[in-house]
Amino acid sequence: MTPATASQTAGPYWHMIDFPAWADLLRADGPNAGAAGERITLAGVITDGAGAVVPDAMVELWQADPKGSYDGAFHGFGRCATDAQGRFCFMTLKPGAVPGPGNSTQAPHITLTIFARGLMSGLVTRAYFAGDARLAEDPILARVPEMRRGTLIAKPTGQGEWRLDIRLQGEGETVFLTV
Amino acid sequence: MVDPIPFRPVAPGSQPPLDLPSYRSTAHRHPSQPPLRMPTTLTEASAPSFTPAWYAPHDDLSVVDGKQALGERMIVAGRVTDENGRPVAGAMVEVWQANAAGRYHHARDQHDAPLDPNFHGEGRVFTDAEGRYSFTTIKPGAYPWRNPGPGWRPQHIHFGLHGNGFAQRLITQMYFPGDPLLAFDAIFQGSGDDAAKRRLIADLDPELMRPDWALGYRFDIVLRGRAATPFENA
Repeated sequence: MTPATASQTAGPYWHMIDFPAWADLLRADGPNAGAAGERITLAGVITDGAGAVVPDAMVELWQADPKGSYDGAFHGFGRCATDAQGRFCFMTLKPGAVPGPGNSTQAPHITLTIFARGLMSGLVTRAYFAGDARLAEDPILARVPEMRRGTLIAKPTGQGEWRLDIRLQGEGETVFLTV
Repeated sequence: MVDPIPFRPVAPGSQPPLDLPSYRSTAHRHPSQPPLRMPTTLTEASAPSFTPAWYAPHDDLSVVDGKQALGERMIVAGRVTDENGRPVAGAMVEVWQANAAGRYHHARDQHDAPLDPNFHGEGRVFTDAEGRYSFTTIKPGAYPWRNPGPGWRPQHIHFGLHGNGFAQRLITQMYFPGDPLLAFDAIFQGSGDDAAKRRLIADLDPELMRPDWALGYRFDIVLRGRAATPFENA
């Protein structure tokens, strides 16, 4: 067996593969134009261990469709650069619940991956939705110490608007996931 | 519902640490807590389907508007397989790099090397059924960066890959054989064990060269593989 190729930082110039339109999964000339579902935005600010915003991160989004399927009919991929204030913002459809290990059900969630200068590999986390009754049964959240669970739960800030800030290091550090 | 086949655990020594003191930018950006291990679910086992229809391929970086970029023209090609040696077909491969003088076509790159109007340095290709990819470009230059030490990055090309499971997502860098700057580069040296570092260095490959036209470098890439047996639910 040959082990996987080592990850390397995306560096400060990854914007050469930044296509700002990709942050809007529902863009009129994109693969999901006209897709039906609840339109939402998912936004947040990324900060580092010194409390400084991270203005040069690449955030990638991966999610199921509104029925909880990854069958590809909905192209659940997006990419967004953080701005000078460390902010990212995606426009998408709210995903449905996804089958989990055994007979469990994963509450609706969006996977976020962060790449940046100073990150030797991507950091993977999830955004769940506050107030969803299925959070209590989610098999992944159940593995997260209760004190830190909140770092994975986006909060509503308006109609269809959700916010999840990401802290790379230190107090309130986001829970990052690995398989 | 049958659980997806889990990915193999990361092989010891094959990946860099997030906390790498020799690479100064990691200081405030690496998480202080280890990542939470979780089973492979449908979310990690599935992956976006990137089709050329929506993601237009661009496999020749060496020409802009019919005009040749400055530098050593070269073909970079290789195979993308998983840890089990199986080809990864239909993988989207994104590349970006500096020009021959070591300058990126990027507003934030303030290195006072010249820009080349005939070189942008960004490409996108897809693997075929055998996992093969290929693109044409020019050899990037080394460039200075603000990190303790000799402070010049070795010549490299950035690669981003999406496989057939989101857990295979990889961003890495390809280096060149015999580059003396490799010995001093915090990012390359921090990649993992010697075998991990060796895998990041392309091979000059006579078979890929085109006489009187281009050099050829082979860079094979391995993405995470799935375990042989299904995950046992604890």
